[in-house]
Amino acid sequence: MASPESAVNGPTMTAGAASKSLRNAFGGVIAFIILVLIGVLAFSIRLFSVIKYESVIHEFDPYFNYRVTQFLSKNGIYDFWNWFDDRTWYPLGRVIGGTVYPGLTLTAGTIWKVVNSLNIPLSVETVCVFTAPIFSAFASWAAYLLTKEVKGPGAGLTAAALLAMVPSYISRSVAGSYDNEAVAIFALVFTFYLYIKTLNTGSLFYATLNALAYFYMVCSWGGYTFIINLIPMHVLLCIVTGRYSSRLYIAYAPLVVLGTLLASLVPVVGFNAVLTSEHFASFLVFIIIHVVALAYYIKGILSPKMFKVAVTLVVSVGLAVCCAVIAILIAVVASSPTKGWSGRSLTLLDPTYASKYIPIIASVSEHQPPTWPSYFMDINVLAFLVPAGIIACFMPLTDSSSFVILYIVTSVYFSGVMVRLMLVLAPAACILSGIALSEAFNVLTRSIKFQLPGIAGNPSIASEENGSSTVVAPNDIPKTEEAAKEKPAKKNRKKEKENVEKKPTPSKTEKRLLVLPLEASVIAVLLLVLLGAFYVVHCVWAAAEAYSAPSIVLTSHSNDGGLHVFDDFREAYSWLSHNTDVDDKVASWWDYGYQTTAMANRTVLVDNNTWNNTHIATVGTAMSSPEKQAWEIFHSLDVKYVLVVFGGVVGYPSDDINKFLWMVRIGGGVFPHIKEPDYLRDGQYRIDAQATPTMLNCLMYKLSYFRFVETDGKGFDRVRRTEIGKKHFKLTHFEEVFTTHHWMVRIYKLKPQRNRIRGKTKKSKSSRSVSSKRDVRGKRNPWH
Amino acid sequence: NEQLAIPQLRQSSYRHETPPTNPSRRCLHLGYFGGKRLHKISWSAPKPSPLTRSAPMAKLAIFFTLTLSLLPFLSHSFSPDTPTDRRILVLLDDFSLKSSHSIFFTSLKSRGFDLDFKLADDPKLSLQRYGQYLYDGLILFAPSVERFGGALDVAAVLDFVDSGHDLIVAADTTASDLIKSVATECGVDFDEDPSAMVIDHQGYAVSDVDGDHTLIAADELIRSDVILGKTKIEAPVLFKGIAHSLNAANTLALKVLSGSPSAYSANPSAKLSSPPSLTGSAISLVSVVQARNNARIMISGSLDLFSNRYMKSSVQKAGSPSKYEKSGNEQFVTEVSKWLFHERGHLKAGNLRHLKVGETGEPAMYRIKDDLEFYVDIFEWSGNSWEPYVADDVQVQFYMMSPYVLKTLSTDKKGLYHTSFKVPDVYGVFQFKVEYQKLGYTSLSLSKQIPVRPFRHNEYERFIPTAFPYYGASFTTIFFFYLFVFFLVIKTRFAGALQMAGFFIFSVVYLYNNRMVGRPPFSIL
Repeated sequence: MASPESAVNGPTMTAGAASKSLRNAFGGVIAFIILVLIGVLAFSIRLFSVIKYESVIHEFDPYFNYRVTQFLSKNGIYDFWNWFDDRTWYPLGRVIGGTVYPGLTLTAGTIWKVVNSLNIPLSVETVCVFTAPIFSAFASWAAYLLTKEVKGPGAGLTAAALLAMVPSYISRSVAGSYDNEAVAIFALVFTFYLYIKTLNTGSLFYATLNALAYFYMVCSWGGYTFIINLIPMHVLLCIVTGRYSSRLYIAYAPLVVLGTLLASLVPVVGFNAVLTSEHFASFLVFIIIHVVALAYYIKGILSPKMFKVAVTLVVSVGLAVCCAVIAILIAVVASSPTKGWSGRSLTLLDPTYASKYIPIIASVSEHQPPTWPSYFMDINVLAFLVPAGIIACFMPLTDSSSFVILYIVTSVYFSGVMVRLMLVLAPAACILSGIALSEAFNVLTRSIKFQLPGIAGNPSIASEENGSSTVVAPNDIPKTEEAAKEKPAKKNRKKEKENVEKKPTPSKTEKRLLVLPLEASVIAVLLLVLLGAFYVVHCVWAAAEAYSAPSIVLTSHSNDGGLHVFDDFREAYSWLSHNTDVDDKVASWWDYGYQTTAMANRTVLVDNNTWNNTHIATVGTAMSSPEKQAWEIFHSLDVKYVLVVFGGVVGYPSDDINKFLWMVRIGGGVFPHIKEPDYLRDGQYRIDAQATPTMLNCLMYKLSYFRFVETDGKGFDRVRRTEIGKKHFKLTHFEEVFTTHHWMVRIYKLKPQRNRIRGKTKKSKSSRSVSSKRDVRGKRNPWH
Repeated sequence: NEQLAIPQLRQSSYRHETPPTNPSRRCLHLGYFGGKRLHKISWSAPKPSPLTRSAPMAKLAIFFTLTLSLLPFLSHSFSPDTPTDRRILVLLDDFSLKSSHSIFFTSLKSRGFDLDFKLADDPKLSLQRYGQYLYDGLILFAPSVERFGGALDVAAVLDFVDSGHDLIVAADTTASDLIKSVATECGVDFDEDPSAMVIDHQGYAVSDVDGDHTLIAADELIRSDVILGKTKIEAPVLFKGIAHSLNAANTLALKVLSGSPSAYSANPSAKLSSPPSLTGSAISLVSVVQARNNARIMISGSLDLFSNRYMKSSVQKAGSPSKYEKSGNEQFVTEVSKWLFHERGHLKAGNLRHLKVGETGEPAMYRIKDDLEFYVDIFEWSGNSWEPYVADDVQVQFYMMSPYVLKTLSTDKKGLYHTSFKVPDVYGVFQFKVEYQKLGYTSLSLSKQIPVRPFRHNEYERFIPTAFPYYGASFTTIFFFYLFVFFLVIKTRFAGALQMAGFFIFSVVYLYNNRMVGRPPFSIL
């Protein structure tokens, strides 16, 4: 959150040299204005959802965050910390304070409090809706800072502009998408910026800030493990490539110590910060960096000959110590509660792990591996610019540019594992594309500038060299950057500077410049501008059309161009909140848990925080069981209502029938009498006349298709594009109480236990079934 | 002790949802002759038309309104507060039964019931009017009726039961499919062979003149004081009729009078070609059913059981030396009908409440390991007033998917049950559950939801004795770190002294703060 100030001051502060002071001041002002505009752009491009729909919270998880924020704003931080929620995971309940990443909630709560104390009466919902756009502006400013540290302000501004509208990030941060990622991406980029800043300056001040930024990231998102693994990787890379310096030590050691201490203060992380394997890499590198530091220190005080003796001594001892440490590590890993890695982390390393062993992770759509089109959709032209950016980072390879390269490589890998982690890739892609674009413009504009007769006055033009690539050797920007960097350098850094920073100096003095032909340069500039324009068009389209749907309100265009709105979800939830008792329990598949508690304020069995697999499996088993068994399961859990989402009437594809196989799998994982093959005909999932009897008799089928044939007389399911297998049937243990306008949500009530137990003679059956039929007929048909 | 009993019985499973002061219902009941007329007035009275708004008419209207509003307090009928039935419809095959079974009817009348005798095929037969039931109980002494008259059919009878009213069904050898299907719906299966009777060659009554041993002196009675009364029925009960059986899985039905091991069900006039389907103790002669809404049903295989002839006759069981002047029928029938019409064994429970030990008022949530006290009131209806129910087997469960605590409640013999226990070390949404199902009594099923939360952040132990070495270690580290700083970094003695002093002050303040349990000393969040 400190980013705007530092972003503003950054460029103006660098204006140091007296000769360029005026030009730099002017550039600083321009940069400042551009940054403000980028912030406005980042904010406003995310408002399509509000303009096209309304100012609502989107999707599933944001509803939970919204509910938590409401609680926080009403009850204060201590009650939030100790909140035991008895309306979810009935009857287990959930300790919200200890199981939630509080960063987002605390941020929005703070904003709400500040705004209200200034007598600006915004509702909590408004604040929540607009938190994500605000933080995406912050994130683009943080990207500016990070890229500026790596390649100078020009690249920084380009990267910031790219990040402001990258579709991948927009998909998670449109107004109303009130999710952890919204603030976490800012925290991620800002933490990286502070790490690079510390690495470049060697300042303990920035190291401390870095630990605090890391703390904010830990508060915000489980993705913090990416930071705590990437930074050690980079440190290790620096050590291996002989780039160890005291700046590296200052950038890393305080982060591990302070960061781990701070992370363990977050209730949801707690002792995991030292117990789970995700954090072990940082500790290992922490040990290594100390060994290396000791080695460098000893090398400094010993004569070369003595040092050689010492090395042989240390290596022999060190090997023994290493063996011991590795043994200890293995012991710790084996004894840690999760046997090392948690399920989600293992998914990252072995993409097939989840689908093999943890259906509940594999079943989440955002945990699927992405397809190639989704790369083009989400980062568009950046995918082509990234390689150029990587090359630019190698010329010259500095500590900071090697970090960016490492960042892009790891995030490309992770994004290939889980579509959700595309979000981590987006900033990296923007930064590298920003570097690439900026370098390209640099070369091209300088070529133009040197060849235009009016401006060409610079005496230091070297001979033209026909480079094979368009990418250039060091130019003005890194030079001024290094000059600025050296200014605050301390005396202790003087001697070790020789190691690293004097290396590029020969090339600097040589002043080799690549000049391209004028026409080629002009055309290349135009093409690059065109490329940028395509990117902007694509981003605006993505923001407006693809990623702004709130998913609780759906729209469709009819053939004559009219807009049709499907507001069934809110209709159902408000029916629940108005027509059921406060303490009634509603069973549904876990996708709708958060929405039910937030919008209908009713107790649910399972929700989107999938912490208890057994409980979810119980609901899955009930949904895949015949009516009677399902009734018994639900009755034992005090369920009053069952809610199913059904898209067969309007063709809404993500309904419960399409999710049903996951219910079977998850249920069968815990209760083995539910077997997936029973629901498949020759390995095919079908609901038509060929479907298996188990499928046609399970609760989910019955609740979805009950009275469905009354809609069109044939029972044609528009999602599965087939006629359903069993059309006319009655419910014995459930009764329909509400079906929304488009049949998208259907709510059933559990019938009470029979008042009498009938005898075994079946003679008088007809008289009773007549009356039960009458009950069903008496219900309002919501379709007509 | 009425005060405890009345308030808030919302959770208890009461038979009637009708509020106690429902004028239309009370008015309709006022004698069968005037019911209709009074009812009409009750419609017009609260809303006088503008034409009749003259003074005398208004006075009259006020008078009627007052009368009508007072009437409910004068009348008697079934209600949650007075659960005994009052108005009973008796359906007969023919009116001669009225005199042949007069002892039974007289005993009912003497206990204050209004009996309304009608023929089972009376075309004006109806149990309810305008959605209100006209009767609280139904006696079907019409075994041979094939179709009820009027609006009555099997479904109507069953709806009558399902809305909490009581039923007596008596069958005999002429039992029609209609009567059998009513019984089946209640969980009682009569022998399907229409000519079969219960025969017992060892337990027959010796006074029987014809020798087919179908008049049985049954003495296999259920051992339940609440159904059969405290006085033991000494004499055997005379029974002549058809057998029925109960499904073993049916937990609602009970055999009150069952056949002896030597009884079987067969056609007495035909030769037995195959083993009889119903034999021995599987045969039930008289059964009672208590439905889940506590409606009570009695099903007898013999209509003669209720007759004056059987009640008065002397009885001697075959092979038994003792001869009784009077059969047990009268006592048996009277006692069972007392139970059936809720003069006995009708419990109500309510006022479920709990509180933390040492506090007043009910908390909205408990913490794990809290001590709590639990109270519930249970009363039994004695026929005209609520008496404290005294038992030592009422239990409360502290329930979350399974009972975590199961405690027997102790009573103060005034209807108040009480216990205290410690909340288990498990958090979640619990329920206080009182599930009381005792033979013959109405089943009580009360529950009240209560969440249990874990410790708050500041409710944990501040200092753990076993961790003192760690406290020592951390403070020693701090101390030596300061020493280190003092000797290595800080050159001037004054600054060092200041630093040391600061350290000691810090430590003292820290320790002092930690003493004050209940507030986090330095919380970062």
